[in-house]
Amino acid sequence: MSTKGTVKGIISNLVTVEVDGPVSQNEIAYINLDGTKLMSEVIKVVGKNAYVQVFESTRGLRVDTPVEFAGYMLEVVLAPGLLERNLDGLENNLETMDGVFLKRGDYTSPIDFEKPWHFKPIAQAGDKVTAASWLGEVDENFQPHKIMVPFKMTGEYTVKSIVTEGNYNVNHVIAVITDADGNDIDITMVQRWPVKLAITQYKEKPRPYKLLETGCRVIDTMNPIVEGGTGFIPGAFGTGKTVLQHGISKQAEADIVIIAACGERANEVVEVFTEFPQLDDPHTGRKLMERTIIIANTSNMPVAAREASVYTAMTIGEYYRAMGLKVLLMADSTSRWAQALREMSNRLEELPGPDAFPMDISSIISNFYGRAGHVILNNGQEGSITFIGTVSPAGGNLKEPVTENTKKVARCFYALEQERADRKRYPAINPIESYSKYIEYPEFKKYISELISPDWTEKVNELRTRLQRGKEIAEQINILGDDGVPTEYHIVFWKSEFIDFVLLQQDSFDKIDSNTSLERQEYIMDLVINVCRAEWEFDDFNDVADFFKKLINAARQMNFSEFKSDKFNRYQEEFSEFLSSKE
Amino acid sequence: MTKAFQKIYTQVTQITKATCTIKATDVGNEELATVNGKLAQVVKIAKDEVTLQIFGGTEGIPTNAEVIFLGKAPSLKVGDQLSGRFFNAFGEPIDGGSVPEGEERQIGGPSVNPMRRKQPSELIATGIAGIDLNNTLVSGQKIPFFADPDQPFNAVMATVALRAETDKIILGGMGLTNDDYLYFKKVFSNAGALDRIISFVNTTEDPPVERLLVPDMALTAAEYFAVDKNEKVLVLLTDMTSYADALAIVSNRMDQIPSKDSMPGSLYSDLAKIYEKAAQFPDGGSITIIAVTTLSGGDITHAVPDNTGYITEGQLFLRRDSSVGKVIVDPFRSLSRLKQLVQGKKTREDHPQVMNAAVRLYSDASNAQTKLENGFDLTDYDRRTLDFAKDYARDILAIDVNLNITEMLDYTWGLFAKYFKPEEVSIKKEMVEKYWKN
Repeated sequence: MSTKGTVKGIISNLVTVEVDGPVSQNEIAYINLDGTKLMSEVIKVVGKNAYVQVFESTRGLRVDTPVEFAGYMLEVVLAPGLLERNLDGLENNLETMDGVFLKRGDYTSPIDFEKPWHFKPIAQAGDKVTAASWLGEVDENFQPHKIMVPFKMTGEYTVKSIVTEGNYNVNHVIAVITDADGNDIDITMVQRWPVKLAITQYKEKPRPYKLLETGCRVIDTMNPIVEGGTGFIPGAFGTGKTVLQHGISKQAEADIVIIAACGERANEVVEVFTEFPQLDDPHTGRKLMERTIIIANTSNMPVAAREASVYTAMTIGEYYRAMGLKVLLMADSTSRWAQALREMSNRLEELPGPDAFPMDISSIISNFYGRAGHVILNNGQEGSITFIGTVSPAGGNLKEPVTENTKKVARCFYALEQERADRKRYPAINPIESYSKYIEYPEFKKYISELISPDWTEKVNELRTRLQRGKEIAEQINILGDDGVPTEYHIVFWKSEFIDFVLLQQDSFDKIDSNTSLERQEYIMDLVINVCRAEWEFDDFNDVADFFKKLINAARQMNFSEFKSDKFNRYQEEFSEFLSSKE
Repeated sequence: MTKAFQKIYTQVTQITKATCTIKATDVGNEELATVNGKLAQVVKIAKDEVTLQIFGGTEGIPTNAEVIFLGKAPSLKVGDQLSGRFFNAFGEPIDGGSVPEGEERQIGGPSVNPMRRKQPSELIATGIAGIDLNNTLVSGQKIPFFADPDQPFNAVMATVALRAETDKIILGGMGLTNDDYLYFKKVFSNAGALDRIISFVNTTEDPPVERLLVPDMALTAAEYFAVDKNEKVLVLLTDMTSYADALAIVSNRMDQIPSKDSMPGSLYSDLAKIYEKAAQFPDGGSITIIAVTTLSGGDITHAVPDNTGYITEGQLFLRRDSSVGKVIVDPFRSLSRLKQLVQGKKTREDHPQVMNAAVRLYSDASNAQTKLENGFDLTDYDRRTLDFAKDYARDILAIDVNLNITEMLDYTWGLFAKYFKPEEVSIKKEMVEKYWKN
């Protein structure tokens, strides 16, 4: 018999429940308010009192309202049919809810249990299997969606029978497996998993090294992220976090993209589900939405579900990773999740850590980032979750707990800079302060030298040095004046401006410029390097500025034209002519 | 509920500046009550101890005060009779008229399902080029003015409200000075727009905690017109900093641990709940919110503007441009995040490029200005940018401009040609060929 209880106290969404039996931490409880069941989660137990955070508004809730405990933690349904869905933080399907407004207690299934899927067996009777072993696959939006032995199962099993190829709905028993004691277990296409626990049914998690193309030059060329890598984007409001994230999720070369809109603007979610069904995946030509899952807990939705939303997203990511797929998970923004933790910690009257955040914020963040990664599955196949989170530092000050703790665990740092944003230099990623640790990995260097060219990392370093030098000189010019420094200084400065305008800056609203293929990035890199290494004579600093402005203008015309099109070739000729006219 | 005058309690066990606690049973969270006639709301229940937040303050509340629970959360009677009326924070008329009839709705209702929203796509033209050209507003957007208290934000807001093509304008005034309240009243009635205006006003003379009801009142009315009547509603909220101050007072009285700048840790969610009511609804109705967040000494890193900036879809800054002696909409710090949904789509194709080029040149001018002030020689280009900046600030950025967007674009092309060569403007060649004024 499940544990029951009654409400004894209410402060906002923190409710104290007196219980009549055992409860466990993070167990789900339903508060029965006049027939409406409000979902909640146990976050603290003191004696007979369980403190639960309610995922809904508690308006009208009274003392002595009955509560039922579910006996399990917050779980998500994992099955074919999740792609293209718009889910809330608790995995309810937002599309199938009635009405314009969200009703509390309205819980909908994330998948269609009736829909038939075309199942092809992979395993055969007699095969030895363990949790996460592939039994068969269905085609979900052109992705080979593997049907696996549920992650919760422990030990070794033998496949007793498996259905033949054909159409089945998700609840159909597709296989029967037998455990060591001879008990038969029915396997369907559906399984459930508690979101707070990592799915670790894989062989090993080696260091990631394969470049994940994002089409964003300042990332791919200058600060590359890899399949299974982690990165974060801190930035004050208005510096372009969300535009950048959307750009990456549109262009990245991933099999599955999961967007966790965590405590952010609802219109940003609207943008995704309005545009993605129209846009093509640049790598497969199919619609972007077909590979995308949106987990939306927008800023006006209940705070407690905000925390759950990032875990829901990660768990779904781990599910697809276990099928050997490349998953890209974007969370915007992890600060809102931390704030949700802070609100609850405050209501629980816990002793606060820095900036009133809970003391364990550091371990919560590092555990979460730790769930990403590139893994080798038990069958030798590979899968990955690349995780990129945004951070919204209070006051744009990067010395705050969420940014600092994220910096400790994320391997790529894309610092969005207010000054660049103010000057409309987008993406506003500061080229000097940002970094990618992966570029130092020998595995990555080897991979990239085979993929692009052996001197690639060398060139990247040269550009970084030149940008740094340009910045120093800009500061000197500001102090000493244009004619206070030698003309050569102006040349160095303008070369760094050339790198900035032609390579770093990218118009995310221009159809062509917004997404640059790796091949084209190599072309731009070489073009920029050639200009940087060229030597010219100038009469004075005005000449330098004039020349480079024209050069930049000519190079940018190329950036706006389709690679190797007639228009592009024409601009390329003009550019070369202009360049040679100077020599 | 008709069960008014249920149980009466007279055992007040604790009184603070904003709350009192009594022993009572069968009380719902967020339920309304009256304490010696003053309106109050349940904010905390611990067994039979109920804590009430008293909107009017606890001055004069005795320990044997008469507490009556009303069995409902704060609500507003919505209907067409709201039009043209002025109310206080409780939704009671303050214009001497009768209490409007209508369906009673709880305020602070549930959020819109994001899947039921439509992408905002209708331009809101204001005639002010600093807004229309550089920071175009879109219906369903939420955007505040970040302004110092001495700046003319209320005047700009009134202009925007009257010029925008909307069906209803709902004013939520929080801590509004009586003078500003009368200003709005006068401007709206002079424009003959009073019948499409609804106001919920808490002035500086009213108790501060009452303000907490104003945005929800205004937005409940807005949702009625936008969802039930499919109307385009513009909501003006001024000033949200006063609202946040009231939140801080209450959280302080509730012994909550303050986070940054003494604001409650839930400030982000509290503000988001209000601003996220802005939406484009599927059947044509929309709620657009234009708010004011006053700054202290221009500091936008303070918790209120900072959290606001993360919630709203951009922000507008006003600034005095000393070179032309006018208040302008600051092109550097202002931003409308939804502008790309309409720019070049609902407006002429060259709009985004012209906007960016002009702002870039204006930024070059401000660099030149710095050079000039530091005593360095100016180049010919520097001087031309300064001349350009003057024309641009006076005829485009100033808040007293009233042009349509095509006129703004043509005028700006004119300025480009007057002071620059095409390659200095750095716009796509096709556009230059089409629009450059020879």
